[in-house]
Parts: sequence; C-alpha cells; structure tokens
Amino acid sequence: MDLFEHQAKELFAEYGIPVPRGIVAHTVEEARAAAEELTGRVVVKAQVKTGGRGKAGGVKVADDAADAERKATQILGMDIKGHTVHKVLIEEASAIAEEYYFSFLLDRANRTFLAICSAAGGMDIEEVAHSTPEKVAKIPVSPLEGVDREKAREIAVAGGLPEAALDGAAELIEKLWAAFVDEDATLVEVNPMILSADGQVKALDGKVTLDANASFRQPEHAALEDKSAEDPLEAAAKAKDLNYVKLDGSVGVIGNGAGLVMSTLDVVAYAGEAFPGSPKPANFLDIGGGASAEVMADGLEIILSDPSVKSVFVNVFGGITACDAVANGIVSAFQLLESRGEAVSRPLVVRLDGNNADLGRQILSDAGLSGVELVDTMDDAAKRAAQLAAVGA
Amino acid sequence: MAIWLTEKSKIIVQGMTGGEGTKHTRRMLASGARVVGGVNARKAGTTHEGLPVFGTVAEAIKETGADVSVVFVPPAFTKNAVKEAVDAEIPLCVVITEGVPVHDTTEFWAYAVAKGGKTRIIGPNCPGIASPGASNAGIIPADITTAGRIGLVSKSGTLTYQLMYELRDFGFSTAVGIGGDPVIGTTHIDALQAFQDDPETDAIVMIGEIGGDAEERAAAYIEQHVTKPVVAYVAGFTAPEGKTMGHAGAIVSGSAGTAQAKKEALEKVGVRVGKTPSETARLMREIMQAR
Repeated sequence: MDLFEHQAKELFAEYGIPVPRGIVAHTVEEARAAAEELTGRVVVKAQVKTGGRGKAGGVKVADDAADAERKATQILGMDIKGHTVHKVLIEEASAIAEEYYFSFLLDRANRTFLAICSAAGGMDIEEVAHSTPEKVAKIPVSPLEGVDREKAREIAVAGGLPEAALDGAAELIEKLWAAFVDEDATLVEVNPMILSADGQVKALDGKVTLDANASFRQPEHAALEDKSAEDPLEAAAKAKDLNYVKLDGSVGVIGNGAGLVMSTLDVVAYAGEAFPGSPKPANFLDIGGGASAEVMADGLEIILSDPSVKSVFVNVFGGITACDAVANGIVSAFQLLESRGEAVSRPLVVRLDGNNADLGRQILSDAGLSGVELVDTMDDAAKRAAQLAAVGA
Repeated sequence: MAIWLTEKSKIIVQGMTGGEGTKHTRRMLASGARVVGGVNARKAGTTHEGLPVFGTVAEAIKETGADVSVVFVPPAFTKNAVKEAVDAEIPLCVVITEGVPVHDTTEFWAYAVAKGGKTRIIGPNCPGIASPGASNAGIIPADITTAGRIGLVSKSGTLTYQLMYELRDFGFSTAVGIGGDPVIGTTHIDALQAFQDDPETDAIVMIGEIGGDAEERAAAYIEQHVTKPVVAYVAGFTAPEGKTMGHAGAIVSGSAGTAQAKKEALEKVGVRVGKTPSETARLMREIMQAR
C-alpha cells in the first residue's frame, strides 16, 4: 500500500523526523482556513499517489490565504496521470538552501535493503541517476546490522552531502530507518530532503510503501487505506476476502492460483483479438487452491455484479482439490446464488483439468445448469468466452 | 537422479500438527515421500499422524537423520522457524507459508547467508519441490504427472501443475516451485544451474511472471551457462501497472517488471516462449520428441 504524502509525513513526525507544519484540505474553503492558520507563505500540494506531480502543476506556492484559495481552486479536481486530486496539503513554505535525495528500499534482486542518497536531489533525480549515476550512492543495508548514527553518516557522506548537512542528515536517516523497519515498509523516500536556510535538515516530501503481508502485526495501517479511491467491486471483494482486481474488459475470469489466473487473463486477451470489439478480461479473481462452493458463489456474485461482464470464464486446474469437488462447488454456487435471489444471467464457460477432470465434467453436465458450457482446454475455453462476450456486447 | 530431493530424502515438517501441516503430511506420506517426523516445541514427545513430534529441528535431525524440512507454520512464526532450521544446518528448507512479511524473509535470508549458506531455502509462498516417483516436499499433487527427464522451475503453483499435467506422458525429473514473493531463497538461476548439471534432466521448462527482474537475469544466465534446451512461459501481459496480482511479488512498477520485457529478454537468448501454457507444453513436446 502506498501512502499519501501527508500520511507519510505524519508517520515521519511520529519517528521524530523534522517535517514542515501542514494541514490537509479537501475544499478551497478548508485550504484558505489552513493557510490562515499557518500564516505567511504556504505551498499548496496535490495529494496523489503518483510521481511527476510538480511537473504536472500540482504543487504551487501561495503568498497568502487568498492566494492559497486560488491555487487550491486550480489544483483540486486536477487530473495527474489518471489520478484525480481530491485533497491538497497546505504547508508552510520552507527557505531551502539545498535539496538532496534519500530513500531506503527493498532490493529484490539482491535480497537485501538499499539506501540511496544523493546531493543532487529534487524533481530531476531520475535524470541524475540516469545521466550521472556516480552522483547517486547506492549502499546495501543488511537487515541483521541495520542503520545506526555512524552508518547513517557514512551513507550521507557517500551521497556527497556537504559538511553543514551531515549531522542533521545522519539523524534523519537513522530515524527513517527505524520507521522503515518498525512500520514494515518496502520504501521510504524523502525527495527532497532539504537543508534549510537556518541549517536544519528536513523531509520536504515523503513517499512510503507498506507491506500488506505485515498487516497482522500492523493493525493501525488499516486506517491509512484510501477507501474513497477503492473501486466498489474491489472493496466488495475485499470484504469477502477475495483476491480480486478490476480490469476494463467484458470477460469475467475466475480461477485458482495467482499464476494461472494471470495466465488466463493473457489467454483471454489473445483469444479476444479474433472477435469484433476485441473482448478483454474484466477482472482478476483468484479463489485459491480450495475453491469451495461458498468461495465460488462469492466470486461469481462479485463478477456478475459488474455490469460490463458479458461472459464468465471459470478456469480451474484440479491439483490439491480434485475437479469433482470443484464441479460440486460450481453446482452449489448456483444453488446458493439462487437462494440469494440472484440468477446467473450471463453465459459461463467452464474448463476443468487435472485430478478427476472427467468426473467433474460429468457432474456439471448432469446438473444441466443453464448457460453453462464445458470446454476441454484452456485455450479453446478462452476463445469461447471471448466469442460469447463479443456476441453479448 | 533428480535435483535437491531424491528417494533417499528424509523429511520433517515444521508445523506438522496444524491444519495445513496435518493435511499435507498425510498427502506427502500417501505419495510415498519419507516423512520421518514433525517439530512443535509445545507437543514434543507426542506422536502425530503416527510420526514422532520433536521439540526442535536439531533434535529431529539427531533422532531421524532428516535432511529436508517443510515449513507450514503461520506467517508470524515463519522467520524463527526458518532461522531454527538454518541453525540446525538442515540441507534443504522448503517454506510453503504464504503471507510472510518481506522484512522477515529478507532477515532470514541474510541470516542463512551469514551462517555460511549451508541450508538451501525454497520459498516462501511456494508449492515446494517434487521429484516424481522419488519424493515430494510440499503441496505439489504427486499424482498429476510421472517420472521423466524434464526439469521445471516456476514462480506459480497452479501453472506448475498445469505444465506437469500437460507433459505427464514425458514426465519430470524434478519440479521446483520457487514462489511468488518479492524475496525468495532459491531462484530461477539456482534451479537452471542444478538442472544443467543433472545428468537425468534433458530439457527445462521455466515459468515466470510479472514483477522484479528475475527472468531477465535468468535469461542472461542461460545465455552464458545453459546448453540444455529451455522453454519458457511468462504470465501477466495484461496486468495493469501498480496492481498486485495475487502474488505479493507480482506487480508492474512503472515500466519495470513487465511480461513483455521478460519475454523479449528470454527470446533474445534463444529461449522459446509459449504464448499460452498449452503452447509452452507443445514447444517442450517438440523438443522431447526430437530427441
């Protein structure tokens, strides 16, 4: 989960990391009130979970409260790379002497953590890293050793930070490491980390990604989720513990196992190319190894509540769970949906393969469920589902 | 011969007395794997599924001569379970548990490296390893395929089963599910190297998916070191940017980790990449038939 800048900074502040004073505003009136409270010059910053915000015009300096209101009017509702701005952070303007870059992140390839530090921070850090990589220090950090003040200072020196900033930067880096570890983050980024005119090192921006797998020991992270931005179908699926991602096509997909479902989406998209309107997958839905009747029913219910779905492809490989159990699950799912007053109104293409596939197919054909077609292979089933979606569109 | 897991392998199960541990211990035993005991500090001295339960991995090794551990403990306890296996210097530790925080995995990996790398870790969030007809450590269904001369390495469980099933008439030397987490113990490259060195493996199926650059690095390795034919499949061409697709590691970030880039990297070094799992199986079939 990615955090908004203001959430990242609130988190930083809890760890004693200096950040400018700021207030979140959802309306222009709130923006004006926030600027009045902060007094003086402020910065109006779009709160969106994407990069390149400054270049897109989502960050503007305002001289006073009236100006902050004007700037907030311009920024609220803006579209930045497909993200609508619903809130702004009104922040006291900082007198910046220098801008640096700093982050801790997970280095997947090397299976360790990495500190990245550069004296050439600010909006163009990616360009700096590309054209002058020697200006960007990348230092591996062992999870067994961590980062103390001394190591933090070494990192700051390696990044080329000037003497005047070293003490402040080392302190900030050490605290940022604590936040990175204690919050189970996979990224904490401060760009820019600034040296202010009065010699303080501060986090002027903040980006944090938290590990969803750690939610069992980070109960307070649930409150950081952005419920408003969540797709309603994704929210409904999540409430039922389903692993669902909404996509923009018309073929609903249910399968077991993340890899198989990802593969199913691809195969549906390829198959769709041959039909009018090129039907594409409408969603990712992994019902896991078990594929019980209840999970199957919940999954079908979510998919059928998506009006853009014109056909459904159920793609199950019977491994741990044999196909007869899966077939019984589908039959029960139909009964369960019927008892909930929701008839299965769109065609369903089912492919069962693996353990007891013949038995599973027999169970389904005996059940005579209306609109259900059995197709032997994944590739042919994807074609049929795409064809049905094209006809139904 | 197979890689890493043979008919001689003696398996213990960490977390054997739990629900998943019990179910899969039964399945492993039914498939003929030599499961010799379990580990649970609170139930030491008892028996479960007719097998002795030991207090520690070290004790289990001492009493049974076990050389493989399969970990089913819940995510909160996985880090310590793996560290315990590493301390006991068990040669192979297969971590099935899904949902392990990546800080924990990164820590136990660093711990294993610091202890001299005596323990090969597979996973976490993986289906395990199976050498059909010989042994089975994890949750891979034993009866969907046969023993043969194809090696398989995959990030995905069900895609592993799909390919094992489609190629069941040729059969497999060993199938390794390395798992879909961002940080894993055994990599595609480790498995490619072992299959290349295994005289009883003739060709290799490699299954990848979006996220990270493991497939690109595997491609570079294949170009330099692998002379056996490799057929690959990559899942996730239609995955949107920034969304985690089921597996914690399956995410396209910006322009990094795309299926297209992985496919191109593999094809550039001469690996044939199937458009669908079935086409991948067909490509492997052609190779095996030509031998």
